[in-house]
Amino acid sequence: MERSRSTAAGRSRVLGIALLAGVLVVGLISHPTTAQQPRSGGTLSYVVSAEPPSFDAHRETTFAMLHPIRPHYNLLVKFDMPNYPKVIGDLAESWAISPDGLTYTFKIRRGVRFHDGSMLTSRDVKASFDKIIFPQGDVVSVRQATYEMVESITASDPNTVVFKVKWRSPSLLLNLASPFNWVYKADLLARDPHWYERNIMGTGPFKFVEYVRGSHWAGVRNENYWMKGRPYLDGYRALFIRSVSAQVAAVRSGQALIEFRGFSPAQRDDIMKALGDKVVVQEGGWICNNLVVFNTKRRPFDDARFRRALTLAIDRWAGSKALSQIAIVGPVGGVMRPGGPFEAPEAELVKLAGYGRDISAARAEAKKLLAEAGVPEGFTFELLNRNIQMPYEFVGIFLIDQWRQVGLNVKHVIKESGPYFADERAGNYDAAVDFTCDFMDEPDVQLHKFTSADRSPANYGQYIDRVLDQLYRELSRERDPARRLRLIRQFEKRALDEKVWQIYVLWWHRIIPHWAKLKGFKMGPAHHLDPDLQDIWLAE
Amino acid sequence: MATTIPLPTVAGFRRQRWLARFVRRYPMGVAGGVVIIVMAVTAALATWLAPSDPLRTDFLAMFVPPGANHLLGTDAFGRDVLSRVIFGARTALLVGFSASFGGATVGAIIGVISAYFGGTMDLIIQRLADILISFPIIILALVIVAILGSGAFNLIVAIALSFVPRIELVVRASALGIRRTAYVEAARAIGAGHWRIIFRHMVPNVVAPYLVMLTSFLGQAILLEASLSFLGLGVTEPTPAWGLMLSGAAVDFVQRAPWMAIFPGLAITFTVLAFNVLGDSLRDALDPRLRT
Repeated sequence: MERSRSTAAGRSRVLGIALLAGVLVVGLISHPTTAQQPRSGGTLSYVVSAEPPSFDAHRETTFAMLHPIRPHYNLLVKFDMPNYPKVIGDLAESWAISPDGLTYTFKIRRGVRFHDGSMLTSRDVKASFDKIIFPQGDVVSVRQATYEMVESITASDPNTVVFKVKWRSPSLLLNLASPFNWVYKADLLARDPHWYERNIMGTGPFKFVEYVRGSHWAGVRNENYWMKGRPYLDGYRALFIRSVSAQVAAVRSGQALIEFRGFSPAQRDDIMKALGDKVVVQEGGWICNNLVVFNTKRRPFDDARFRRALTLAIDRWAGSKALSQIAIVGPVGGVMRPGGPFEAPEAELVKLAGYGRDISAARAEAKKLLAEAGVPEGFTFELLNRNIQMPYEFVGIFLIDQWRQVGLNVKHVIKESGPYFADERAGNYDAAVDFTCDFMDEPDVQLHKFTSADRSPANYGQYIDRVLDQLYRELSRERDPARRLRLIRQFEKRALDEKVWQIYVLWWHRIIPHWAKLKGFKMGPAHHLDPDLQDIWLAE
Repeated sequence: MATTIPLPTVAGFRRQRWLARFVRRYPMGVAGGVVIIVMAVTAALATWLAPSDPLRTDFLAMFVPPGANHLLGTDAFGRDVLSRVIFGARTALLVGFSASFGGATVGAIIGVISAYFGGTMDLIIQRLADILISFPIIILALVIVAILGSGAFNLIVAIALSFVPRIELVVRASALGIRRTAYVEAARAIGAGHWRIIFRHMVPNVVAPYLVMLTSFLGQAILLEASLSFLGLGVTEPTPAWGLMLSGAAVDFVQRAPWMAIFPGLAITFTVLAFNVLGDSLRDALDPRLRT
C-alpha cells in the first residue's frame, strides 16, 4: 500500500516534472520564434562610404553603386544568403539544365512589373544578358569575359529564356547569380544602351525616390512588388559618409544601423563599447583584396624585372600582422581567397615572388633587378589610389613605405571613385591600388581580370598574355576539382611570379557590427551580396 | 609727396628706433615673431633636426606612447610623431606663405588697379569681389579645391584665390585716398603712364595694410591648409602635414593613442596664435588711429 502510494506519488511527480519540462521546452522554443516574427514598417538608414560612379551595374565593379541602387532591381537567379552559395530563383520561377549541360532553360515569373507599371517579359531578361555577355558598340561590360562559354540567349516565349553554352561549365549558374546582373527594361536599352548609366527603372522591392550627391540615396517600398508581403521596410536611405570616423559615429548614434561593407577591428570595438548588447557583430572571410595594377604601356612598368622588383619589396607577412590591427586587411594570399576552396597552401605561396619569409633577401634581389632594368635610385612614379580611407589609404601608405625601402620615390595620387575608375580605364596612371571583390570563390569570376586586355575590360594593365588566356579557358572548362586546382596554381605562378602583371597586397577580413534591431541580415563572404533589402526588417 | 601719407614707408620698417619701440610696446607680437622664426628654422633644418625619417613605418613600434625612444610617440604605422610634426612645419609654411603671399599680392594689385582706373572696371571688380567675399573663406576654398583636385599646389591656389577679394577691398580703400594726392596728379601731369603711376607711386604706399593683411592671412592659411587636409582635400598621405595628422588614423585611434592628435593639434594652435598676435601687433603699430 505504502509502496503503491509512493509509486503513484512518484509517477505524479515524474509526470509533473515532465509536463513542466514540456511547457518550458515549448516556451523556450516558441519564444524566439515569436521574437523573430518579421514585422513591416520603418525606414532603414545605412552608411555607404563612396558614391556610385554610374548607376549601371553591368559596367561597374563597386559596392558604391551596388549598396544604394541594388534594391531597385531583381536578378534572374540569386544566392540564398542563409544557405550561401545555394542559388534560388529571383525573376526565374524555375529552371532546367539539359543532361549534356549545354542548355539552360529559365521560366520567368508572371505578373512582375517594372516601376513604371509595364510588364516584365523574357525579352527584358534577354536584352539585359545580351548587354552583359554580348555588349555592342561602346557599351562596357566588365564581366563579359566570365561568360565566354555562353553561345546564345533566346527568348522563345514571353516567359522562357534559353541560354545555349559552348561547353559544360562548372560555374555558369553561380555566375548568373552575380549581384551585378540586374534585369533592365528591353525597350529602354533598345532606345539607348547607356540609359541605365544615369537612370533607374527596375522591378525591385524599392522604387527610386531621390539621389542627393554627397548626401544620400533614398528608396520607397514598391507596393506592387511581385513577392507578396515583401519588402518589410517602408523605405531606405543610404547615407554617403566618406570619413570612417563619421561612419562609426553614425552607427554609434543610431543615425545608421549598419554599414554593409565592413569596419576595422578598432571600429568594431568602438561601436561595441558604446552600444553594448544593442549591437551584434558578424565576422568572417571576405572575397576581397587589394592589388596593384601596373600600366604596362608606360616605362618602366613594361619591364617584368621592374614589376618583379616591386612585388619583391613588399613584406606581406609583416604587413599582414600590423595592418590587421588597424584596417580591414589581413590574410596573405595568392589569386584565390585564403581559407577558401581554391587557396594556395603556404608552402606553395612562399615560392612566389614577394611571398618569401626572408624580406632582406627579397629586397636585395629587388634592388638588383631595378639596376638591371636601368631604374635609377630615387626613381619617382605615381600611385593612383581611391579616396576611400578603409583600407585603400592604409594600403597606399604601406606600399609607398615598402617601395621606398628599395630606393623608389612614390607620389600618392588620391581621387574620388569616378575619376579614379576613369583614370584606370583610360590608362591614365603609372601604378594603381586596385581591388577585386567578388561574390563567390570561383576562378572563372576572379581570374578574368588577369586575361588579356582585348578579352577583359577589367584588365586595366592593358597587357596581352595568351598563356593566361589559354589557362583561363582550360579552367573554365575543367570539371575535375584536382585538375582545376593545378591549373589555378599554374595561372598564379604565371600572373604573380613570372610576368607579375598585377600583384596582390593583402586580402580582407570582414567585420560587420550592426544594431540588433536590424533583422533578416546574414553576412556573406562578399559585401556585394548583401543589400538586397527584400528580407530585411526592423524589430522596433 | 610721399610724406603726406600718415603711414610709415617700407624704409621706415627698417629703422632701428621703430623696431625697438615695437619690441617694447608689443611683447606678445615679439613672442609671436619668435615662434614663427623658430618654426621657420625648424622647417628649414627639418632634415637634420628630425630624429627619424617621417615616412618610415615601423610595425614593431605601432602606437608607442611618448618616451625616450620617441619623444612624441608613434602613430598607427609606427612613424615617429615628432619627426612628422617637424616636417609638417615645412608643409604648413610652404602652403601658408605661398598662399598668403600669392593671394595678398594679387589682391593688392587688383585693389590698386581698381581704385586707380575707377569707372566700369572698378564697378565690375567690386561686384565680383562682393560675390566672392559673401562666401565664407573655408567654403570658397573647398569649392576651388573640389574643382581643381587635391594636392599641395592646388591647395595653395585655392587658399590664395579665397584671400584675393578680401585684401582687394582693403587695399582699394587705401588706394582711393592716394589716387587723388598731389604727387599722383603731378606724376600724371608730367606724362607718367598708368602702370608707372600704379607701381611706382601707389603700390609702395599701400604696403602697410598689405603687410598687416599678409600676416593675418598667414595664420588663416595654415589653419585652412590643416582644415582642408583634415577633410581629405589637401595634401595626401604619407606627406607629413599637421591637418592630415589629425585626420584618418588619428581620429580612429584617438582613445588608444591620443598623442597622435594632441601634438599636431598643438603645433597648429601655437603657429596660428603666433601669426595672429604678430599680425595684431603689426596692425596696432602701423595704424595711426591706434597709436598713442
